Amino acid sequence: MKRFTGFALALLALGAIALAQNALLINGAGATFPYPAYSKWFDVYHKQKPAIQINYQSVGSGAGIRQVTEGTVDFGASDGPMTDEQLKAFTAKRGTEILHFPTVLGADVPTYNIPGVSAELNFTPDALAGIFLGSITKWNDPAIASANKDVNLPAADILVVHRSDGSGTTYIWTDYLSKVSDTWKTKVGTGTSVNWPVGLGGKGNEGVAGLVKQTPYAIGYVELIYAIQNKMPYGKIKNSSGVFVKADLAGVSAAAAGAAKTMPEDFRVSITNAPGKTAYPVSSFTWLLIPARIQDAAKRDAIKGFLHWMLTDGQNYAEGLAYAKLPKEVVARELKALSKIQ
Amino acid sequence: MPENNNPVRGAGSSSGPRSLFSRLRQGDEIARLITLLFAASVVLIALAIVYQLWADSALSRHRFGLHFLVTSVWDPVFEQFGALPFIYGTLLTSAVALLLAVPLGIGAAIFLAELAPQRISAVCTFFIELLAAVPSVIYGLLGVFVLVPLMRQDVQPFLKSTLGFLPLFTGPAYGVGFLTAGIVLALMILPFIISVSREVLLSVPRDQREAALALGSTRWESTWKVVVPFARTGIFGSIFLALARALGETMAVTMVIGNTPQIAASLFAPGYTIAAVIANEFTEATSDLYLHALIELGLVLFLLTFILNGLARLLILLTERKGAEVRA
Repeated sequence: MKRFTGFALALLALGAIALAQNALLINGAGATFPYPAYSKWFDVYHKQKPAIQINYQSVGSGAGIRQVTEGTVDFGASDGPMTDEQLKAFTAKRGTEILHFPTVLGADVPTYNIPGVSAELNFTPDALAGIFLGSITKWNDPAIASANKDVNLPAADILVVHRSDGSGTTYIWTDYLSKVSDTWKTKVGTGTSVNWPVGLGGKGNEGVAGLVKQTPYAIGYVELIYAIQNKMPYGKIKNSSGVFVKADLAGVSAAAAGAAKTMPEDFRVSITNAPGKTAYPVSSFTWLLIPARIQDAAKRDAIKGFLHWMLTDGQNYAEGLAYAKLPKEVVARELKALSKIQ
Repeated sequence: MPENNNPVRGAGSSSGPRSLFSRLRQGDEIARLITLLFAASVVLIALAIVYQLWADSALSRHRFGLHFLVTSVWDPVFEQFGALPFIYGTLLTSAVALLLAVPLGIGAAIFLAELAPQRISAVCTFFIELLAAVPSVIYGLLGVFVLVPLMRQDVQPFLKSTLGFLPLFTGPAYGVGFLTAGIVLALMILPFIISVSREVLLSVPRDQREAALALGSTRWESTWKVVVPFARTGIFGSIFLALARALGETMAVTMVIGNTPQIAASLFAPGYTIAAVIANEFTEATSDLYLHALIELGLVLFLLTFILNGLARLLILLTERKGAEVRA
């Protein structure tokens, strides 16, 4: 009897493998930041359409861009839009264009550890840029204190903590600082890793959060999701309309909506410091990178089908996983852009 | 190599060199070829790694040339890359680790192999081998949650107040930095040094000890003046194995070193190592030059290991010669 059960189980397993192999396999690779949302989407979509299976390796944006350019995967994913050079390289190599499709939104928040201060701090763009440039070195510097009149800030040295691993989180943070500070733009610039003027590097959100929590008078930045899930305190940032906004998912979507009007055709847009009274200024899209021409008709239809589902039903899963969903305006434009895939 | 006169190999045939066929039939030649293949594959793998690192770092090698080794800017945005702070960090943390781990490790090995009662030695050895199997990320976590706060609150202020006149122990105490990374590395390589050195000491022939004792030396004298020098080459071997591990360690180091590419005299300052920066930045390296610079760092690490190993061999050779002179 035991033997028979074992045999039946083995048969069942083989059957499952055979079934899985029958499904149309689509491979993607790229950004790690949206991975929880993507893996949920691909899983749910596979259950709805068992004939389509999407594999996604969260190997990082850089590797995602390289692999989709080489053609070793069907689509890529990135936390930062591809540069003009990278677009040219793609066209030269593959004879077609690459399309950017925003999927969800992420945001960064400033988190800090000042013994004796429990109030939520307000940060102006100048204060943040100054702190991360190293030109503001004390917590009671007028640039910080003037926005926090009710808080008694100590005369202690600020310790800056940043990400040491290349990440979309750093891309968003440095993109924001580049927009609000010319000094930052010319001296440091925007990137997944940059040459930090000051501070310590922590590996991952957890590394930055750990260093900030442990070290008195430290300040760092982490993903909004990470701060929410770990119930970390974080500060408000003054947006382009002059309002101090505390980051939440609605504020991030509002920033995307604010930027939607001026969004270019190819969706390669930065939405940091976006207009709008409720817009949270340090947020960004994350993108799927889809080749404009896909030879295999079955694959093309499957990818288009998935994108359509992701932009409509799929969006409802985003907030449950603490990602901000796309605003209506952006969804409408992306649905139109689907026809570009041929 | 005098193959034919080898008494063991030639045992089957008494007269003249055997034909290839008979050697093949007896299996000797087959065994030789198979094991030769295995040995050669190690060399081939090493060469293939160097070739691949060399080929994939072409852009960066052409752009920066030898300046790569002596500049200290690492700026992915403006594509300026220099390896010096990483080389410095790698060497400094490994040196701190060896400085701490070698005396401890050899002392422990001598105790376990020569002086400890059998049962204690067995228990300790079991735990040491257990330590060697702990994944490095666990050491890193211990570093972050236990060692870093301890360093910041107690050890670094203490060092500052007692040895603060040395430039080594100055600057703000962040907890993370060269010293902390060196200590974590020391903990990680200690089991290797102890476990290999102990095996080597145990394999010293019994009659060496007995001869020393018979000549009237004490237990310690026989251990320190006869057994340890006899096992010297093996002990050096364990240290170099440990050094190789320290040079290439990634995860535990990046969690406690502060990840700041800078050259600082103070051991309290945050730094960076080659292995750590590759692990941190490789996945998100979007431009080709950036990627090639990271791969060139890998090449530098490989060469660094190669050079240090060469120096180590030289050291063994020199001490052996000196030992022979003393004996003669």
